[in-house]
Amino acid sequence: MSAPLLSLRDVTLGYDRHPAVHHLSAEIERGSLTALIGPNGAGKSTLLKALAGALDQLSGTIVADASLRIAYLPQSAALDRSFPICLFDLVAAGLWHRTGAFGSLGKADRVLVQAALERVGLQGFERRTLDALSGGQLQRALFARLILQDADLILLDEPFAAIDTKTSADLLDMIHGWHAQGRTIIAVLHDMPIVRDHFPQSLLLARECVAHGSTDAVLTERHLARARQMIEAFDEEAHICAQDSLS
Amino acid sequence: MMIIDLLIGPFIEFEFMRRALVGCLALSFAAGPVGTFLMLRRMSLFGDAMAHAILPGAALGYLAFGLSLSAMTIGGLATGLLVVLLAGLVTRSTTLREDASIAGFYLISLALGVTIVSLKGSNVDLLRVLFGSILALDDAAMMLLAAMSTGTLLVLAFIFRPLVMECVDPSFLRSVSRAGGPAHLVFLALVVTTLVSGFNALGTLLSVGMMMLPAIAARFWAAELTGIIIAATLIGLISSLSGLILSFHTGLPSGPAIILVAGLSWLLSLALGPQGGLLLKLLPRRHLEA
Repeated sequence: MSAPLLSLRDVTLGYDRHPAVHHLSAEIERGSLTALIGPNGAGKSTLLKALAGALDQLSGTIVADASLRIAYLPQSAALDRSFPICLFDLVAAGLWHRTGAFGSLGKADRVLVQAALERVGLQGFERRTLDALSGGQLQRALFARLILQDADLILLDEPFAAIDTKTSADLLDMIHGWHAQGRTIIAVLHDMPIVRDHFPQSLLLARECVAHGSTDAVLTERHLARARQMIEAFDEEAHICAQDSLS
Repeated sequence: MMIIDLLIGPFIEFEFMRRALVGCLALSFAAGPVGTFLMLRRMSLFGDAMAHAILPGAALGYLAFGLSLSAMTIGGLATGLLVVLLAGLVTRSTTLREDASIAGFYLISLALGVTIVSLKGSNVDLLRVLFGSILALDDAAMMLLAAMSTGTLLVLAFIFRPLVMECVDPSFLRSVSRAGGPAHLVFLALVVTTLVSGFNALGTLLSVGMMMLPAIAARFWAAELTGIIIAATLIGLISSLSGLILSFHTGLPSGPAIILVAGLSWLLSLALGPQGGLLLKLLPRRHLEA
């Protein structure tokens, strides 16, 4: 058995000292395809953000190979769609690892961007500005950006939210393609049929890890009921976590 | 012949008009792009706040060294950058949002500025700091304007990509680069340098106008960032030229004349611009097939 791609050791994440994810330990296997599920407020997006390196943990460690290339798809609502850049420029940002913050976009890079746009069926839309795209087209564009990022670990935050079935099916196809290439994928999902049909592994989160393993073993009524109960425990007047002061 | 005389005559005849023109054009090159980003970041009022924030430094420089360009500039830069830095620190380490922390610091700064001016100076001095003296630009002032504009453009080009991504998709940017936060801070510093280089030409209040009016007018002429920046720069250049000519022939004060022309071009853009202008909205146009 090879070493896991990612190890989370007693990781606590949160905002303003209130934990959103509390003492989570888990290992993500290389090449796995994992659905990250749980009720609203369970800390799914927070966990994904931390894995993407966009949020520092309050305590605990996340162990990953330094050379690990990570691609992160934030919730599409986080985008400012009124900002006047065109689709091509948004997608081309996926080549950040080649261009850096200052490098120019060469001819070979443009060919790559074009190919990624064709792969998601958006050829001809290059010069459209973001506010002229439908929700589905924008999500396709963000997947094209993911293609260009050419990452080992792909983190997707609600990739199918407000997306029609045809587009969801196309995007799921691409996820399976990445899985077949040996990439590791973690996706935040709410649609249980999609989880059951397409994601072999699941991690059920309710601020703490409720269950992690094969999807069939995780998605039991007992686990889901427990997850719903745990989420209501947020307390404005919470004391300093006792688990920490023991150690 | 008459018209050409009216338009070019003042600049051929008078050196102070040529200097004023060069100064305004230099300012336009930096103010347009900076203003465009302010508008797109929904920070259109930030320039106004910062114009107040630089007042105490400029006033101190003026009171200590008289009408010394370098003293006023250094003073203005110092207070402006200090306010930006403090506000950035507060935003990062507390729950206060950026606009709120900037409001706090600029108000303190403005109150200090007014106090300093009223303690030692007269109202005439205050008016000079606020409304500038474009028709009295000396060599040093012109060199400073040109150098500041050039520097602003170069730095903006350098931080362009992180700055754009920080606007469009900040969480994505954080996942690929740490440059977002610094790029934003450097951008705020550019706003300060542009304002400070402008206050000699137009005064602190009117230099905000050169930053914002061309930018918000440009939004009606282009759909994409590059086009908006180019349009904003052009509108700034044209407003400078026509404002100076207007003020020469009518005897209006030159700074306000330039801003009035810029304001007029905004109103015209609002009415006639092809990107969401009012006229196109009101015209009954048949919809397209696809």
